[in-house]
Amino acid sequence: MLNRNYRGLLGTKLGMTQVWDANNRVVPVTVIQAGPNVVTQVKTPDSDGYSAVQLGYGEIDPRRINKPMRGHFETSGATPRRHLVELRTADAGNYRPGQQLTGEVFDAGQVVDVTGTSKGKGFAGVMKRHGFKGLGAGHGVERKHRSPGSVGGCATPGRVFKGLRMAGRMGHDRVTVAGLTIHAVDTERGFLLIKGAIPGPDGGLVFVRSAAKRPAPEPAAPVAAAAAGTGEEASA
Amino acid sequence: MHTLDSLDAESRRTDVPEFWPGDTLKVHVRVVEGNRQRIQVFQGVVIRRQGGGVRETFTVRKVSFGVGVERTFPLHSPIVSRVEVVTRGDVRRAKLYYLRQLRGKAAKIKEKREPVGR
Repeated sequence: MLNRNYRGLLGTKLGMTQVWDANNRVVPVTVIQAGPNVVTQVKTPDSDGYSAVQLGYGEIDPRRINKPMRGHFETSGATPRRHLVELRTADAGNYRPGQQLTGEVFDAGQVVDVTGTSKGKGFAGVMKRHGFKGLGAGHGVERKHRSPGSVGGCATPGRVFKGLRMAGRMGHDRVTVAGLTIHAVDTERGFLLIKGAIPGPDGGLVFVRSAAKRPAPEPAAPVAAAAAGTGEEASA
Repeated sequence: MHTLDSLDAESRRTDVPEFWPGDTLKVHVRVVEGNRQRIQVFQGVVIRRQGGGVRETFTVRKVSFGVGVERTFPLHSPIVSRVEVVTRGDVRRAKLYYLRQLRGKAAKIKEKREPVGR
């Protein structure tokens, strides 16, 4: 049973830049357009067997929503969103469907994990894809400088082992970078400034979540009425 | 490219005068010693400007007690309290690395002569 609280938010990676910190040092930051997200479903142990919050983000033409999804959004009272993600958290009962979440769920200095889809590299060789060293530059090596070399034995085992690392499609994977610090939260423009690089191209969808390997944050403040959706999310 | 301009505008300073490689500058640097802060002046020739936007830097070279010293500052750094242009230099390169090989009078840069107003 999960008994940890997580904060989470879907957003768009806008790009990297640099800012000055209080000691006048340069901080490399990735800027994320965080939210506004809307709670589309609250899952509790009673109803679903576990507790989680489903978040929606991004505009979409309502005509492109099929009927099952339209019903799902209508149940929550939210307008349709392009992306949905589930946030497993013990304090799910403190959220209400239709509630708006913004970057204020996070505070500067908090540590987060960021999940995104890495840039696709196409069909890549073993040096780029797996960090092989390739063959020598000289000493009689001919036209084989970036090749993997041998892929196995001869009559024993008489085959190539499964899972042997070879050339192939690289990138466009789901990648999570753990332990990034939130440098600042710009509530005016809805920016999250996260120190360091995060996966994916500019404009890509990213999911920011409290770090799994750090102390859990305080439970989210409960929302009073079902008529929530004021964007109020008082954080600890 | 321009999505973050509004954010970068907060980090950029607008009080930096226009200067180019070859110019002699006085850079007033804030030096923090413990909890005291004072201003130190670094005077020398600009040998390069590099980068663009909020991450642009410039390098100032001076010869101190016979030893060449180069310092690179971010153009928009808050540790630079003031930049003062002493002279405008007349040079034909953007990167004046050749000054490192030169000593004394040979390393002197001609002063730029402004065209006389007609």
